[in-house]
Order: sequence, then C-alpha cells, then structure tokens
Amino acid sequence: MGSKLRIRADELQLPWLKAKGFELSLGRVAREWEEEEGPTPMPDIASLREWDKRLLKRYKPFYLPFCDLCCLCTFGKCDLSKGKRGACGIDMGGQLSRIVLLSCCIGASTHCGHARHMLDELIEKYGRDYPLDVGGENVYLEAPIIRLVTGIKPRTLGDLEDVLDYCETELVHLLSCVHTGQEGDNLDFESKVFHAGMIDHVVMEVADIAQVSAFGFPKADPEAHLVELGMGVIDSSKPVILVIGHNVPPAIGVADYLAKAGLEDKVEVCGICCTAIDLSRYSRKAKIVGPISFQLRFVRSGVADVIMVDEQCIRTDILQEAQKVNAVLITTHYKNLQGLPDRTKDPVDQIVEDLVEGKLPGAAILDPEKAGEVAVKVAMQIAPKRRKMGLIPTEERLMEESRRCTSCFSCVRSCPNTLPIPEALAEAGRGNLKPLSDLYEPCVGCGKCEQEGVCPVGIKPHTLIVGAHRREIAEEKFKMRTGRGAIQDIEIRRVGQPIVMGEIPGVVAFVGCSNFPGSWKEVARMAEEFARRKYIICTTGCSAMAIGMYRDENGQSLYETYPGVFDAGGIVNCGSCVSNSHIAGAAIKIASIFAKRRLRANYEEIADYIHNRVGAVGVAWGAYSQKASSIASGFWRLGIPVIVGPHGSKYRRALLGRKEDREVWKVIDARTGKEAYVGPVPEHLFFMAETVEEAMVAIPKLCMRASDTTKGRSIKLNHYIDLHRRLFGDLPDDLHLFVRTVADIPVTMKEEVMAFLKEKGWKEFENPNPDPTLVPRLIRVKEG
Amino acid sequence: MEPWQKAEIPGPVKAVLITRPEVVAVLIKRAKRPLFVVGTEALKEEGGKPLDYAVRIAKAGKVPVVATAQMAMELKKRGLQPAARMAMVEICSRLTDPKWSLHGDGQPHDLVLMLGLGPYYMEWLMGSGLKSFAPHLRTISLNRFYQPHCSWSFPNLSAEEWYKNLEKIAEELEK
Repeated sequence: MGSKLRIRADELQLPWLKAKGFELSLGRVAREWEEEEGPTPMPDIASLREWDKRLLKRYKPFYLPFCDLCCLCTFGKCDLSKGKRGACGIDMGGQLSRIVLLSCCIGASTHCGHARHMLDELIEKYGRDYPLDVGGENVYLEAPIIRLVTGIKPRTLGDLEDVLDYCETELVHLLSCVHTGQEGDNLDFESKVFHAGMIDHVVMEVADIAQVSAFGFPKADPEAHLVELGMGVIDSSKPVILVIGHNVPPAIGVADYLAKAGLEDKVEVCGICCTAIDLSRYSRKAKIVGPISFQLRFVRSGVADVIMVDEQCIRTDILQEAQKVNAVLITTHYKNLQGLPDRTKDPVDQIVEDLVEGKLPGAAILDPEKAGEVAVKVAMQIAPKRRKMGLIPTEERLMEESRRCTSCFSCVRSCPNTLPIPEALAEAGRGNLKPLSDLYEPCVGCGKCEQEGVCPVGIKPHTLIVGAHRREIAEEKFKMRTGRGAIQDIEIRRVGQPIVMGEIPGVVAFVGCSNFPGSWKEVARMAEEFARRKYIICTTGCSAMAIGMYRDENGQSLYETYPGVFDAGGIVNCGSCVSNSHIAGAAIKIASIFAKRRLRANYEEIADYIHNRVGAVGVAWGAYSQKASSIASGFWRLGIPVIVGPHGSKYRRALLGRKEDREVWKVIDARTGKEAYVGPVPEHLFFMAETVEEAMVAIPKLCMRASDTTKGRSIKLNHYIDLHRRLFGDLPDDLHLFVRTVADIPVTMKEEVMAFLKEKGWKEFENPNPDPTLVPRLIRVKEG
Repeated sequence: MEPWQKAEIPGPVKAVLITRPEVVAVLIKRAKRPLFVVGTEALKEEGGKPLDYAVRIAKAGKVPVVATAQMAMELKKRGLQPAARMAMVEICSRLTDPKWSLHGDGQPHDLVLMLGLGPYYMEWLMGSGLKSFAPHLRTISLNRFYQPHCSWSFPNLSAEEWYKNLEKIAEELEK
C-alpha cells in the first residue's frame, strides 16, 4: 500500500473554491456523508484528555505493583519502593500506569495488526471496492465506533484502510510514550491508556466488519446457527485438523478445500480460541473444542493429526507439544513461525510428502489456501499411521504415577490457582480418582506444574488430572450459538428506551479469556442468573464458550434455552475477540439511534451519554491477556465499568470510586446548568472481585445510572437487594446512597428498606431525576 | 524466606518474619487505630478454623473488622459484627488515603491485620499496594504463607504450626 496525502480543512476559501468540511485524500477520494462532523475527528492523544480527567476524578487509580522494581531500561534496575523515584525520575504510580499503557498498547496493536493483515488479504482477493455488509437492511449504522472516533463512514473494504492508517499512527505515538524519559504523570498515562483502548475498539470493529462482509458470516443474526462444542464432540475416528488462534483465513482455507474436494464428511475440523468461533461462523461443520485453557489437554490427547496455528493466544511451545504426540504443525502467519522453514512457495505435493514422511515436524505456509490444502492432505495421510497417539495415561498408570508423589508441594507453589494437587494424588494412589478428577475444572491448563525442575520425581500433574477426568471428557458435548456479529438497529430501537430508563436492568457482557479462578461454569452460572433476571447478556470469545459448556436444569446449554436476541433475557454471542466491538457498538448505537445524539466524531458527548444513561457492565472473569486489558480500557473511556476475577488484580491497577465522597457524584443537570447529586452510579470503573458472589452483587449495582427513572431504579434495586440478601445474607449497607426518592424503593421491600433508611438518616435527593452530564458544554439552558 | 508462589519475587523491601507470635499481640496492643481485614480464604481450611481465630483475635484485641465479599455473614454466624463490609480493593485503596479511617474522623489507621485475603496472589498485590502507597501504615499478614509485601508475615508454615501461632496470638490478647 502506498503512502497517502490527506488534506482537511474546516473552511476552505480559494479563488475558485469555497468549501466547508473539505477533505481530500490523494489516491482516494474521501466521501462525505450526511451527518455533520463533531468536534473530535481522528482524535490525537490529547484531544479527549479533559473527558478522561473527568472520569479519573471520579475513579481514582489504585496501583498494585508486582514488585518494588522497574527493570525497563539500563539505568536500572531501580527500586521504587517507599516513595523512591527511579534514575529517570519516575515514581511507582507513574511506573504502574506506564505498565498498564504498555499492556494496552500490546493489546491494541495485536488487534490492529490482525485487522491490517486480514484487510490486506481481503483487498487483494476481493478488491478495495468490495462493499461492507454487516447486516443488510437491518444494520444501517454499520460501524458505530469507526464513525464515532474517526468521522469516517466506511462503505468498502478500501475505506477501512484509512481507518487503520489513523489507528496505526496513534498506536505508534502511544507506545513511544512508554519510552524512558517521556510521560511522568500517572493520570496522563491513564488518559493514554484510555486512548489505547478507544483505538483498540476501532481496530476490532475494522477486523470484524471486514470478515463478516467478506466471508459471509452471520450478519447481525439473532438466530445464528448452533455449533457443537466440547472435547467429546470431536470424532476421533476421522483424520482431525485442529486450528488455534485468531486469524481465520487459513482455517477457512481448510474448510474451502474440504468442500472443493468433497471431503467434508471425511475429515474433522475443530478449533480452540477465537479462530474456532470465526470458523464456526463460516462453516456449519466446524466444531469447537473449547477455550484456550483446553489447548494443552486437547493437543496431548493426541486426537489432532494436524495442528494449524495462526496468531495470538497460541502456546509458544506448540511445536514441542505437537512433536510429543507425532502431530504435524503448520504455522500460517509471520508473527508466529515457530522456527519452521517457510514452504509457502513450494508445490503442495512436495510439502505434503515431507511432512507425511516425517522429514519435517512442521512447516510455515503463509498462503491460507495452500495451507488449507496441505493440512487436509497431510491429515488424511498421517491419521492411519499415528493411530491417535496421545499422552493421557490409563487409570492404572496414573494411580501408579500418583503413588510416587512425595508431597513436597512444589507443584502447588507453581500453580496459578494453588490447586491441592498432592492431596489429590495421594487419594488417586489409593484408587480414589475423584479428587484428582475434580481439579480438571479449576485447572487453567497452563502446565506450569509439569515444567522441568518443578516435580523432583518427574510427575506430570496436569496430564494426570486430565487422565482422571477421561470419562467425563468423553461426555463434554454441548451446543453454542455461533457469533452473530453486530446488533441490529431495530433491536436497539426496541430496547433503547427501557435500557436508558432502567426498566431493562442492564446489559452484562461476559467477555475475555479462560484464566478462571475456579470452574469455567462460574461464568455460565452468572450468565444464567442474569438472563433469568431479564438483563441482556452479551458474550464473546472464550467466555462465550464457557457459557456454552454448561447444562441447565433441563439438560440444555444456555444457548438452547435463551434466545440470541439483544433484548431482555437474551444471551447474545457476538463472536470472537474482535466482536467485542459490537458490544461497545450497541451502547453507542443507543445514544445515536434511540437518543438521536450526533454520532460522527463526537466521542465525548456519546461517552457522557453512555456513562450516565446506559446501564452496561463488562465481566472479564478469566481475563489474562494484554488484549483483554485494552478491550477493557476501551469500555472505560466510554464510561462503562468492568469487573474482573481475582487474577485480574495482576493487571496491577484498579479504577475505584469512593461512594461516600458526595462531591464526585455530582452531575450537571443539562436542563438547568445546576449541579445535582446523583449517588455513586456507577460506583467503579475497574473492579476486581474476590469471589463469584462478590461479582454477582457488584453487577446489578454497577448497572445503576444517573438517568434511571424511578421505575427503572426500583427494578435495579430489587436485583441488587435480592442478590445481596441471598449471597451476603442481609440488606446492602450502602442502600441509602442509591435510593433517591421513596418511589425508587421496590414495592415488596418498602417496609424493610424504609426502616433501614430511617436508621441511616436518609433524605430524599434534592433533584432525583436530572438530565445528567459531566460536560459543561452540553448544558442546554444556562441560568440568566 | 521464599514467597509461597515460586515466581513471586518482591524486591528489596521484604516483610519481617514473625518468629514469635507474642510480638503480634504486642503490636496489636500498642497500635492506636488498628484494623483487621478478613477475606474468604479464611473459610476454606478445616471448616473455617482460621476464621474462628480471626474472631477471637479481633474480639480480644478490640480490633474493628472489615469483612470482604460474603464474609460479613460468616463473621456474624460466629458472633462478631463486622465494622464494615467492603471488597478487598475498596478497603485497601481507602487505606492509602492518610485522611481516611473507618471512624470518619480524619485520623488514619496505623496497623492493618490481614487474614484470608485470598487468593494468595491477590493478597500479595494488596500488600504491595499498601506498601507503596500507604507509608503511614504497617501491615501484618496472619496467613499461612509468607507475604513479603507486608511489614510482618509468618514464614511458610504447616497447618499445625499456623494454628499454633494463631492460638498464641489469641491467648496473649485474651490475657
């Protein structure tokens, strides 16, 4: 792609031309659209700083260093403990916010690189003028984040290049801020964190609307098809190809070749992580093994004959793991070559021969179509020879192994979840496999317990856990609704008002990875609880799989029980990681479609609207990655709170409100320009819950908003009080901060709540229903 | 002394080891405004035996308790009314404010006891947050495993040794 020159002018006056909002790209003509441009088209790092500061005034960072040191440059190591500054002058607050920014830059760059790579390939294949279509007539507002941030209304794949040009520039600037001797103020770092998150949401939207349009994925379809999910659904009697990662074109190469060769019923294709979801959006025959925590256990089962990886969230020792089970590895992306020779330009038959005969353990093939063809041909030829060679021991063998345990606890001290492995091994040694089998669900599958030098006698606890669970694994057979993509405009019209009024009590997005502190079923149980309570449940990625790997009391998966519509009680799987953009997009669409706020390049106003009116909360219960941090930060800039599980504390920074501090919970009533106290809504922006119970009580609380009507607040309080009472045993002790008038109190709880409020000396709020904003320029009528 | 989780390396400032539990009792008695934060891990061993000790220590030492997550309910079952319920990050972030205290009088707490703030890594991070951003505060981990970011901590102990230590602290305060 060549370089471009872009000229923009708010007002242009030449002897031969007078124009407003003039924009010209050399090489491409930027097309105008009907909506007037807002104040911040393609904002730079400082453009939205004031908005960020408004949020950061409410939500103060609480930093949690892993250690006392900074090790980033050769000035150091520097000891930053007890208020010391490093050789460059940075203090611990600055350093920690810098680390958060670094994490978000990594995350956003990863999505951006993914988007760019895919877009380049799609443009090469389909051309720049290939039209975007994410939902036909049902989705007029096709790219809410892109429109909001950049001011561009993309119509074709080629238009998305302009969007990525902007994002890449911003990411380079953001990353450069992490360099030694740049930013020193922690709050300015935090503002940059928000900027990285906002950019991340833009690039995720680029990636998903490009692939939805070009590959014909479900287009905003609430009834997207159901997919088979779980290790038990994989037919190991066939040759099996396993795809892992996030960039789906090579996996599509497999599906296309199978279809072309008439082999769809002869070869099993399954996947782990987001490539699996995206492949299932493309092919109804694709199956999903599970989230990333299933990588090691499934590879070691030996079921896969060929493992094909693309990018992101792939074990970096995947080649060694593949070799242990005599599976062939095909890498398909220059980001992840695994030391394998690049065979992209070689003839297919030659590559196949070398792989089948074992001359190579694997190959890098950077052409998705060729990679697909090679994968199929190799799988078919080596499957009979491998006979599904796996590493999972028989019950007899694992009991024997278990008896060798010396109870040194070295494995426990290496385990992220501190699982009681020695006790379980002792029981297994006595013939009782249940305690060991019970560790299967809370095991995150990292394999740290098996690393060289951990166990002094060489026991492999992870492998034994999987072996003890062998029978249950065979029954891991579930259904998951594949990613539907965007939310339809008509769905937004239907739910916009009840969400903003609070009558739909909230939108809860279960997103992120599978680094769960306990079983993945905790995510499913949370989703079920809030779907029953008529919240709108959205989900993506590994959390979408976790929700699927659970049966309710009727023996069905939640995707079978609950509809996929964006409405009260729906469970909406948007798709893979990059489909998180549709969740943010739905919040933006509420402001645009329902409230008719100007969207184009009008970030601050839309974020202000969402923060004060749209009762949405993200729950990343098993977040582990840098991508998860940048996704979260994109939600923060929109004023949407995010809850993480205990492992999320390792992101090293919370953003917390102080509910008792009345001053920070004042908004401006846009109708009068006067300040109004609205209570701590939402109380936090980034919160780590210690337990599922704590998360479940926090969710309804963080869905309260300043704009709730009395009916809406009453409904939200009903859920908050009910869950608090059920899980914490009594009434919330901060109830008086959320009850604005007597009419807010749920009818069935009136007596009890009134008695509590009396005890607290509660008084009705002076202005319980302001038209809330944090942005003075949005005051419509000024006094005098 | 090594931290319990092997990859956790704290840096140059590490907790003083509690080798004599009586010292903890003395520190509690001498503190002007102590606080006890009790988390859910206290429930997970031997039917909540660590929590029973927390109750005894809090009562005997007259230390107000902040219960995290669902622990207020558990403390009440054991006859102790917690002074407040807050999430772990909520109480720890407030403790970094030198003007904040449970009593609301602008005088900060000077000693914080922690028990059961689980999982281990979460207590690790809360301890480090307080170490770096609450210089006015001393922290004592009463957990079974070494927490180097606190001011004082037990070494890694067997369950029996741990209970013996907690018993001694409770006894000293009950005298």
